[in-house]
Amino acid sequence: MAEVLLEARDIVKHYPVTRGLLQRTVGWVRAVDGVSFTVEQGKTFSLVGESGAGKTTIAKAILLLERLTSGNILFEGKDVYKFSAAQLKTGYRPKVQSVQQNPWSSMNPRMRVRDIVGEPLFVNTKQPKKEVYDNVSKLLDQVGIGAEGMTRYPHEFSGGQRQRIAVARALALHPNLLVLDEPVSALDVSIRAQIMNLLKDLQTQFNLSYIVIAHNLATVRYMSHGVAIMYLGQLVEYGDTEELFKNPLHPYTRALISASQLTLPEDAKDGAKQIILTGEMPSPLNPPPGCRFHTRCAEAGELCSKEIPDMRQVGKNYVKCHHYK
Amino acid sequence: MTVAPNIEAKTTNKRKGGVSRWSRIMKNLTFIIPLSIFIILILTSIFAPFIAPHDPEATSLTERRLPPAFIEGGSTKYLLGTDSLGRDVLSRVIYGARVSLSVSLMVIAITAGIGTLMGIASGYLGGRIDGFLMRVVDIAMSFPGLVLAMLLAVALGPGFFTVVIALSALGWAGYARLIRGETLRIRNSDFVAQARISGASSWRIMLRHIFPNVLNPLIIIMTLAVGMMILAESGMSYLGIGIPPPTPSWGSMVSDGRNDLDVAWWISTFPGICIGLVVLSGNFLGDWLRDKMDPRLRQL
Repeated sequence: MAEVLLEARDIVKHYPVTRGLLQRTVGWVRAVDGVSFTVEQGKTFSLVGESGAGKTTIAKAILLLERLTSGNILFEGKDVYKFSAAQLKTGYRPKVQSVQQNPWSSMNPRMRVRDIVGEPLFVNTKQPKKEVYDNVSKLLDQVGIGAEGMTRYPHEFSGGQRQRIAVARALALHPNLLVLDEPVSALDVSIRAQIMNLLKDLQTQFNLSYIVIAHNLATVRYMSHGVAIMYLGQLVEYGDTEELFKNPLHPYTRALISASQLTLPEDAKDGAKQIILTGEMPSPLNPPPGCRFHTRCAEAGELCSKEIPDMRQVGKNYVKCHHYK
Repeated sequence: MTVAPNIEAKTTNKRKGGVSRWSRIMKNLTFIIPLSIFIILILTSIFAPFIAPHDPEATSLTERRLPPAFIEGGSTKYLLGTDSLGRDVLSRVIYGARVSLSVSLMVIAITAGIGTLMGIASGYLGGRIDGFLMRVVDIAMSFPGLVLAMLLAVALGPGFFTVVIALSALGWAGYARLIRGETLRIRNSDFVAQARISGASSWRIMLRHIFPNVLNPLIIIMTLAVGMMILAESGMSYLGIGIPPPTPSWGSMVSDGRNDLDVAWWISTFPGICIGLVVLSGNFLGDWLRDKMDPRLRQL
């Protein structure tokens, strides 16, 4: 077992829904409702789910862009919310960086590439300008962008190149953990593999840990060591990636994997029947009782709508479903 | 089958040879002409005592309402004629540039500066600061400007700085509103989130990320304000709370000549043309400046 770098313990984020002149709170959107996971040093952990499942909220919480309603985030064994401002500035912020989904909006259009990539260095270190630019040119070299790109503006690059620049910026402070929020979903299919390989190379080179947020299962399978499937603010299944893809336990996981295999109806053989989910995810304002998935689950029984299932170990992985006893 | 490639070749040739060169010349002209007008006007107002052929305040009651030199009855002594008190219109236009340009440029610098500061602070910091600043803006916007100007004129006495203060006191509110809106849009963008992840302070985000991205609308409003401020100054002069009478300003010259428009059109027409030129070239220059400041448009 590798060392645990970051641990989320029962994290909860509820957004208030207000109405009327007095901004009365009429309900809560349960974006994340009791999620726990661990990220190991040098490994990739993926969060998978439909839009609205709460993946991005978790990413924002880890990056301290949102404050949790309850629960803890432990970084190197210490509670992040108990850090002082100075500790955050030296012991957490520089160590946890991120690459965002959309490379067209994640860079200030009026800054040059050298200032964009150098910004974390300007902010966090006292290096003089020349030294920062030297470092920037090394970083750009690592991600395969030539030094002639230094003085250009972001709009002069293609999507794939911009995402490389975003990776260079994320690496500038030698972080331990990168939060990759859909790092390749905005890119052309032909570029995705390049960026994923770059990220994998950098991981082995610097012993980086990744949290990957994704909805594309191929990306997840290719990149991650551990994976968690989210549904409506909760984990339904988590564990080792290969095991999960070979032997999915939860009906929702099976439906996701089946949907991603791109079988056409006429291709379907008797054995491999595609599972198609009907309807949409229920509103997180008012999640269904019992198992949250029972409204769309083909295998739901009576118990599923009444009792909330526990997370249980089945084989190597963990699943939250009444069908496993 | 054989015709198609020919047509294509022709159209691409045409585009390369004609349209792009023409549009480049046009593009440069729209910047060179207004810039030269501006430079000429600024130099004129600086060196007014050397250029003006007459004392702008000297009256000559025997030579009232003389037409310009190029009209029958006019003399080369007064190239643009004389006004109802026999003062040289050309000299007054030259001296008037001083007042009109300096009032409008100063007011714009003050209002845009304060408004931008308030707008960015209000939009980015939000919460109580935003609530407080926006109520101040509401008050400033609902306060009748002329009443305040009159109060100031009474309290401070009419003069150059009274005009500047009166126009600045309420003028910043519009900028603050506009910039706050833009700031609200930008503060939710991905690159601001990324700056926060990098550990950038609020100061740095406001200065390096928000401010450069509110420049576009700011420049447009500033250039539109050039004309508005010249007209506002003339409005105040007309009410007698502007720059006191013997000193010429374009606005007051237009309103002075209004009564004689049927017999001596030149008195208000020439300063009017100057106001028009400044406003127009201000707008063109603003467009050019905006394009130059925006890296996405610069290379085009």
